[in-house]
Amino acid sequence: MSSDPTDAAAPDRPVPDRSAGIEPVPGVAKPDPILRADGIRRSFGGLTAVDVDHLEVQRGTITALIGPNGAGKSTLFNLLTGFDRVDSGQWTYEGRSLQGLAGHQVARRGMVRTFQLTKALTRMTVMDNMLLAAQGQVGEKMLGGLLRLWTTQEAANRKRAIELLERFKLDTKRDEMAGSLSGGQRKLLEMARALMVQPGMVMLDEPMAGVNPALVQSLLGHITALRDDGMTVLFVEHDMDVIMGISDWIVVLAEGKIIAEGCPDDIRSNTQVIDAYLGASHDDPAAATGEDR
Amino acid sequence: MDFLSIFSAALGSAIGPIAAIYALAAIGLNMHFGYTGLLNFGQVGFMLVGAYGVAVSVLTFGLPIWAGFLASIACAIVLALLLGIPTLRLRADYLAICTIGVAEVVRLIYRAPVARDLTGGVYGRQGFADGFDDANPFTDGLDLGIVSFRASDLWVMVWAWGLVGLATLVMWLLMHSPWGRVIKGIREDEEAVRSLGKNVFLYKMQSLVLGGVFGALAGALIGLNQQTVTPDQFMPQVTFYLWAMLLLGGAGRTLGPIIGSMAMWFLLTLFDEILRGLDSIDMLPFFGGPEVGAMRHAIVGLVLVLLIIYRPQGIVGDRKEMLVNVK
Repeated sequence: MSSDPTDAAAPDRPVPDRSAGIEPVPGVAKPDPILRADGIRRSFGGLTAVDVDHLEVQRGTITALIGPNGAGKSTLFNLLTGFDRVDSGQWTYEGRSLQGLAGHQVARRGMVRTFQLTKALTRMTVMDNMLLAAQGQVGEKMLGGLLRLWTTQEAANRKRAIELLERFKLDTKRDEMAGSLSGGQRKLLEMARALMVQPGMVMLDEPMAGVNPALVQSLLGHITALRDDGMTVLFVEHDMDVIMGISDWIVVLAEGKIIAEGCPDDIRSNTQVIDAYLGASHDDPAAATGEDR
Repeated sequence: MDFLSIFSAALGSAIGPIAAIYALAAIGLNMHFGYTGLLNFGQVGFMLVGAYGVAVSVLTFGLPIWAGFLASIACAIVLALLLGIPTLRLRADYLAICTIGVAEVVRLIYRAPVARDLTGGVYGRQGFADGFDDANPFTDGLDLGIVSFRASDLWVMVWAWGLVGLATLVMWLLMHSPWGRVIKGIREDEEAVRSLGKNVFLYKMQSLVLGGVFGALAGALIGLNQQTVTPDQFMPQVTFYLWAMLLLGGAGRTLGPIIGSMAMWFLLTLFDEILRGLDSIDMLPFFGGPEVGAMRHAIVGLVLVLLIIYRPQGIVGDRKEMLVNVK
């Protein structure tokens, strides 16, 4: 994972375009995929919620997963992170299969998710929220906790947590209950907490949902900073402006299937995407010109 | 009415062996509900296997008392595993239904005719506490002026309050460690904790086992205190007493269950004595005699309702924590 890019490139995109030269077709192979999924299927009763033939996520990019309501974005998220069981399919992270692993095992491998409805642990302090996310704690074993074998490790974790909280401008809130934070601050806390796990890939489920517009820019800045630190980001989002602005690569889901993939410019002009969002028979002039092509 | 004797009776029951035993079982329930958020309505089931663990080991198998205590702990662990493996993945409300059901099933199995050779069926077990009594170093009772205890009570009190102290220390150490932080996280939102790489099921199981062991030790002490166990003293209402004590004292606090148990027994005895006193001088308007016993529960119930309304966090609860907007 290189982090050279600061000298190259435009100010708003300091990382070299890692998705350049990839053909914008659904299920296309990437040069260096961190996540690869094949034949992921999940149905609820008669409804097939997710039916993804092949998906690769390029390392070190921000990949957006978009699609109309009910397209199966969150379900796919849940499946990939072990929070739901697939009917069939296999997927690998960093070359190792994640199939059949539970949610906590996936997180330990380095793929950490957040939730659409923010899950700040409200009756715990901000600091405890952060410390909870540190991995490999001796004190989290019953005997280790009882015998107080954890104090030095805890001090190191606390130091790291403070650094992260400073980065997310939450350090002044460290001893307050997480439940007293505003919606946007909770999103920030959730992101900081995910970083405390030291993940290789962060999965953000609608990170902008319910956040006031003033804070959206700051959240976007934090997301691009994750990529600049060498992390891979996969996120679900609705707001098109947000997606077009920060994504390196966009995957479009509709009715559980991937209907398009590409960089923002490809997606903007893709007729199938416009059809999926607006319905096949519409009078939108922009789409009409697309159909002529 | 003799107010001093009423007060002395109430105080005696607040620091007596029964209050200590209930405090111990409530500490277990505090582990389950107060910290982990598990709705366990079957704590009495752990007390039952604990009581029979000692009784059956000593009487049926002729083992010494200390081995009986180990058997009690082992029974609690087995029950926690049997209860937890299928149910801990359920949502909290389903877990509640399962626990109350399992506790009843356990009681019915222990009183069933097929188990009579082992458990004595409906007649239970008597006379297993001789070894415990023989080891009693107290020859005289203790008279503190306003309250006094018999030598046999003192011996149970030493054990019961000793175990309460030990359990409280263990709980304090655990809940102030990273282990306790995970447990509290599970209470808040187990999905979030899972997403941070913690095996939620394992933690819930550890919590169920630990709280169950405290319940079983309380059950063992009930048996030794009464020198007898019968299945029907472990009815579901015992669990509800424990819940009332825990909420009265303050769930999720180290001292909550102890203060709750002492306060509850103090109030129960106080109202009982006052009502009986009033009854004896014909001051009770609508009822009397046998109804007094039921009336004291009604009054304690009223106190609990008022408490939930005006002090929902319990006597030692943290109001700040209660008032935090939960979702």
